[in-house]
Amino acid sequence: MDKKYGVYICTGCGIGDSLDIDALGDVAKEEGFPVQNHPMFCGKEGVELLKSDIETNGINTLVIAACSRRVNFDIFRFEGCQVDRVNIREQVVWSHPRSEFPRLEEDQKDDGIHFDRVQMLADDYLKMGMARVKKIEPPEAYQVESFNRKILVIGGGITGLSAALDAANTGYEVTVVEKTAELGGHAKTWRKQLPLGTPYEELSAPVIDDKIKAVQDHPKITVKTETVVARMAGEPGNFTVTLKKPGEKIEFDVPYPLPEEMTVDENGKELNAEQLHEKFMEYNKGKVDILTVDPNGEPFGAVILAAGWSPAKPKGDQYAHLGIDLPDVVTNAEFEKIAKQGSIKRPSDGKQARSVVFIQSPDKEDDNDFEYTGAVTSLVALKQAKYVREDFPADGKAFIFYQHMRTVGLAENFYKSIQQDEGIFMTKGTVTEVSPNGDGLIVKAQDTLLGRDVQVNADLVVLAAGMEPATKDDPVVNMAYRQGPAFRDIELFEDYVDSNYICFPYETQRTGIYAAGGIRRSMTTEESIEDAAGAALKAIQCLESVNRGVSVHPRSGDMTFPDFFMQRCTQCKRCTQECPFGAIDDDEKGTPKPNAARCRRCGTCMGCCPERIINFSDYSIDSIGSMVKAIGVPSEDDYEEPPYRILGLVCENDAYPAIDIAGLNRLSYSADVRFIPIRCLGSMNVIWIKDALSQGMDGVFLLGCKHGDDYQCHFIKGSELAEIRVKKIGDALASLALENERVAQFELAIDDYDKIPQIVNEFVDSIEALGPNPFKGF
Amino acid sequence: MTENTALASGSIMVVGGGISGLTTALEAAEVGYEVFLVEKNPYLGGRVAQLNQYFPKLCPPTCGLEINFRRIKDNPRVKVLTLADVEKVDGGPGAYTVTVRLNPRYVNENCTCCGDCTEACQTEIESFFDFGMKKIKGAHLPYELAYPARFIIHSSVKDSPEDAQRVKQACKYDAVDFEMEAKTLELQVGAVVWATGWEPYDAKKIDNLGFGTYPNIITNMMMERMAAPNGPTKGQILRPSDNKGPDSVAFVQCAGSRDENHLPYCSYICCMASLKQATYVRERYPDAKIYIFYIDMRAPGLRYEKFYKKIKEDENIFFIKGKVAEVSDAGSGNITVTAENAVTGEKVHQTVEMVVLATGMQPTAADAKLPADLKVTEDGFVINDFDQGGMFAVGCANKPLDVVSSNQNATGMALKAIQTLASK
Repeated sequence: MDKKYGVYICTGCGIGDSLDIDALGDVAKEEGFPVQNHPMFCGKEGVELLKSDIETNGINTLVIAACSRRVNFDIFRFEGCQVDRVNIREQVVWSHPRSEFPRLEEDQKDDGIHFDRVQMLADDYLKMGMARVKKIEPPEAYQVESFNRKILVIGGGITGLSAALDAANTGYEVTVVEKTAELGGHAKTWRKQLPLGTPYEELSAPVIDDKIKAVQDHPKITVKTETVVARMAGEPGNFTVTLKKPGEKIEFDVPYPLPEEMTVDENGKELNAEQLHEKFMEYNKGKVDILTVDPNGEPFGAVILAAGWSPAKPKGDQYAHLGIDLPDVVTNAEFEKIAKQGSIKRPSDGKQARSVVFIQSPDKEDDNDFEYTGAVTSLVALKQAKYVREDFPADGKAFIFYQHMRTVGLAENFYKSIQQDEGIFMTKGTVTEVSPNGDGLIVKAQDTLLGRDVQVNADLVVLAAGMEPATKDDPVVNMAYRQGPAFRDIELFEDYVDSNYICFPYETQRTGIYAAGGIRRSMTTEESIEDAAGAALKAIQCLESVNRGVSVHPRSGDMTFPDFFMQRCTQCKRCTQECPFGAIDDDEKGTPKPNAARCRRCGTCMGCCPERIINFSDYSIDSIGSMVKAIGVPSEDDYEEPPYRILGLVCENDAYPAIDIAGLNRLSYSADVRFIPIRCLGSMNVIWIKDALSQGMDGVFLLGCKHGDDYQCHFIKGSELAEIRVKKIGDALASLALENERVAQFELAIDDYDKIPQIVNEFVDSIEALGPNPFKGF
Repeated sequence: MTENTALASGSIMVVGGGISGLTTALEAAEVGYEVFLVEKNPYLGGRVAQLNQYFPKLCPPTCGLEINFRRIKDNPRVKVLTLADVEKVDGGPGAYTVTVRLNPRYVNENCTCCGDCTEACQTEIESFFDFGMKKIKGAHLPYELAYPARFIIHSSVKDSPEDAQRVKQACKYDAVDFEMEAKTLELQVGAVVWATGWEPYDAKKIDNLGFGTYPNIITNMMMERMAAPNGPTKGQILRPSDNKGPDSVAFVQCAGSRDENHLPYCSYICCMASLKQATYVRERYPDAKIYIFYIDMRAPGLRYEKFYKKIKEDENIFFIKGKVAEVSDAGSGNITVTAENAVTGEKVHQTVEMVVLATGMQPTAADAKLPADLKVTEDGFVINDFDQGGMFAVGCANKPLDVVSSNQNATGMALKAIQTLASK
């Protein structure tokens, strides 16, 4: 676009009182940018002025030096124009009061000794804004090659069927694939189900049959039983899915990564790249590479993963005291099947089980429940105790040994209704032993409340075992992605396909695939049905976003996407490996094959690329690099004791707002620091640090989110990757004879605004202790 | 760009701008629907805006709120109305007419957040955001990251002509407008989602737990404000009577919840909240002792169980199974907590410097009847009638939930609302 620039300096909110506005305007004029001032650009008159400049003078690229871009965003948005907001309010005048940073006296001006730090700060931010707008272009939306709105639902249990109905009832075509021969999943094996709603007191007949019928009758839903996903290639809006029969081996089975034991030789030494490739090819013999598209594959636009869970079977020494090998010690899932078949009988001899013990918490030393459990397993024990009473109302007895009855929320009502039953006995206690006793069992326990040992004769013992996600030992989705067929990092959630984020429960590291139900967490039927609706919404939202050519969460609506200048690619594969969302595949040479619809626009690829060939239209190596270069670095030629110059690259999601809030609270900190907001620290390219230091800046620091297993980075590993890059920069610094300490990274959460003065000032002090950058002035 | 206009027909109203309402509104808007987000407070964020951290990640809620506010800023399909009360809902699924009353803010769109009005204002009011633990100026910003970023002037400033004059004169931008009056709007929408949230149960109603009698007995929500960096004590945990950092703190679980005389249900979050708050105290006071009195420690699911396990490893945190029966003065501002073992009747006494009542959640609709044809339980939770459709309750308006489940539920209900429009 032909750019016509305009600079607009607001003098309101204390800006005009603190700064020499004419001098600031001169900075713009030197660049050849016309300048206008107004005491309140955000007011009616100010906006009119901007609009008339756009209309009459054809200005289409505006640099507005005023408040933070976080405020008045809507007021300063003009159709067809690019706008840069230079933050001289929160980050300059509000955080650098004249009481601490005095302006120059008349006789101090241009004396080669004194300088005005606040004015210099504003000058630099304006220069940086002007430098940036020269380098950015308006985005053009990415369009997938061929767009398909059909939704694939993996799993035909209660969650999958609910999701299919929800999507179909919203007008979308849906295909449900189910690996077994019939729909219904676990819910088909239940005698009754937990209450689905108010008053949450009574068990109800399973709803699964109604769901199956609704799905089978729905004109927009296709069902394929005995079907699994062999591979899923492509990107949201344009997936090509190869379906197959379970157990079948076909050439479009997705290649699997080498198991760890195969990546080393017989002496345990790691194989080199060539050997690894050879092993990989051998291991995946008969399968075609991920980039080969199955000509017979089915097109889909988005996927709902509802492959569910399998009942855990407690094994091993830690459960030996529970008699797990005895025939009449069963899991809750096994008991459910027994109860479904009719009157409750024990497996060993078919005798009616009139006294049943339910064990909620397995440990002798601890008060935890079995693994992979939750509120649902507490509720299931209560439900199953009720079966005993239904079958044997006169003399049936159910004993529940528990540590904590985890019936949260309105599920408490169900717990209370069960407490009314005089044949159900609940004991908070630790089960110490389950052993045979004649033809029955004897359960010994310590009653925590009464502080004494109890024992119960039982016909049958039921263990409240957990719900293991289908992804525990199978990728299920089988993505034909270079990063592998499975969801990444789900071991953090014990292999549940769960979100790391409390605020955003459907976000994973794979775009366009939304998990719901028992594969995400142990859930009741009620929760699974709700969760299915949520995943269906997200799938539909992803489709519509892809169709509009915009990103989904967290940069939802962003129309930019990474552009690769392939001629200069050295096939180092870093982008393929580091992309948190697996958006980039590569061919056998290592040439990246980006999939923009999988991309979330964090810029991690741009940050990691050593050749700097990856850029966004409005966010690039050059746009940020030019901002860095626009920063004035005074030397001894300018002043006797020139001020230090320090660059702060800050996460725009959390650190930048925190800096704003520091300004709002008038917290002050060094005026020698220049902040540049970046999409995520993962997008930080070390060239910016090198540029800063080689132009004489004295130090660089990064402010980003907490990383590690409990990371807070919205783009998964951004701050972690930045830290690795910063650590590796040491060699480059050494070659410039610069100390490692000139570059640092700090964790800063959004509510840590009160810590900003300390973090900034301490870093500035540490740089001053090192002395100025020897390159200054060259 | 090919905008898919075929989808978006009619609009959705979301009542309540807390985390559930924000989620429903944004998830629907990002599919392509127009949404009115109606909030009675002068700011969005609701209950979670008052929290210091979320369990179990111990991360700041403002982080997710800021992302959500950015989503609103980037999405012209979401129209936010603050200080807005829904007065009446007429019509049926697909065609509702909603009457919304917009209360005066006394600050217009000229506000630049410069803060001069606060500086000039002399009227002080109790901070409702901080549960009265702090006095604030009548002219103020609701909280630092508030959306919309606009000041509000309390009506008491208007009532004092001198102060009103001072505040008005202090504003250089003509943003103060005491002539502002309530307005009524009528909006046509296809679906209404009720995200009216919850209120902390009034601890004064629990006679035996001493709230209101002993200053050093506080509620869990007050604890959140204390621990928050922008709270009344700037993140310090101090007992109110003498601003001393407590050496010992007792948490009383089920303060009101699971009690037929108060809230018969379990409030879902209080166990996890107390575990989390134990970390607040332990982080600030390495020698402090924590006593948690509970009936059942409800940490459902792997991630919560893991968190509970971590807390149990702390040797200064003690778990006592028993319902607290009474509290009494132990002198010097200290309090003796007496718990009773439900079965044996045996009594446990523990004297501590501060007590936190894990008060439960009461749906907003328990005290204020929602102005629409909705089915509501005795306790005030809105029952969803999916057969009828059109109107849905999400989050804690529907049942007690944690934040994760509220957001799940709120995302799903966005689809239910869309279905109402799509089927028309």
